[in-house]
Amino acid sequence: MLNHDDILLIDHLHGGFPLVDRPFLQVAQQLGWSEDRVIERLQALLSEGVLTRFGPLFQIERAGGVFVLAAMAVPPQDYDTVTDKVNAFPEVAHNYRREHVLNMWFVVAAESSADATNVLKRIQEAAGLEVLAFPKEREYFVELRLPLQASMATIGGAQ
Amino acid sequence: MQLSELDRELIRATQGGLPLVPRPYEAIGAMLGVSGGVVQDRLQVMQEQGLIRRIGIVPNHYRLGFTANGMTVWDVLDHEVDAIGEKVGSLPGVSHCYRRPRHLPQWPYNLFAMLHGRSREEVALQAREIEKMMGSACRGHDILYSSAILKKTGFRMKEA
Repeated sequence: MLNHDDILLIDHLHGGFPLVDRPFLQVAQQLGWSEDRVIERLQALLSEGVLTRFGPLFQIERAGGVFVLAAMAVPPQDYDTVTDKVNAFPEVAHNYRREHVLNMWFVVAAESSADATNVLKRIQEAAGLEVLAFPKEREYFVELRLPLQASMATIGGAQ
Repeated sequence: MQLSELDRELIRATQGGLPLVPRPYEAIGAMLGVSGGVVQDRLQVMQEQGLIRRIGIVPNHYRLGFTANGMTVWDVLDHEVDAIGEKVGSLPGVSHCYRRPRHLPQWPYNLFAMLHGRSREEVALQAREIEKMMGSACRGHDILYSSAILKKTGFRMKEA
């Protein structure tokens, strides 16, 4: 259940987590909470699955790493088996089922372009299906912040 | 940019998340045999270099009520795609916007924009706005809604 305080905390911790000795204390002081309360709420939101992660978000392209989006057309009767095979690769960072002939869309994250190509080839062999690769040619400026505070009533109302 | 061995260890130690303790940087430093101050300094430098995009939370959009996720894909004239991509990327509700290769004949789309909404209608409405904005520069588009998250772990650096 998301209450007003959870939403406040989520909005506050989108980015800019302080690089100081006691960062949770600094956040707590900004919110007027106790340090323990910040840590406990964050822990709860993570274990409830409202948050998937809390920490640094690395942009590995800056260090030669690559993310490659790829897609496959998986026969429906084989979907679970193929999912297991694809997800077993640690380089598969995300995988989504989508409603299209190309119904499996995953992202391979690797430390180099050569590594990524190799992983895509191994996935193609493991799945026995053609993998279409959609490497990023250009990224356009994006900063997503979902309008959480504005939608509080909606979210609250849904529960 | 070359990563130092400490950087690599730091990425491995934090890619799953920061420890939820009062002194998280000191806790990471203790694992790596350095002080909390060294960890803070390295993270600061990585942030300035853009190797760290931000330090914060990654929400589960579904659990926050944004249950509709549509990957919108557009066939945009090559000489207009970059100008249009910049505009699309700056719209609220767009979480990623990239130019990617076409795979003709089965895949004519070269611009990908991820949209999030509280319903498919909301996503479709955003897509219509984008379509209007593109005008004649766009020859066709599609929306691929996600029906399941099969995996979401993020990048994992290999063990040394």
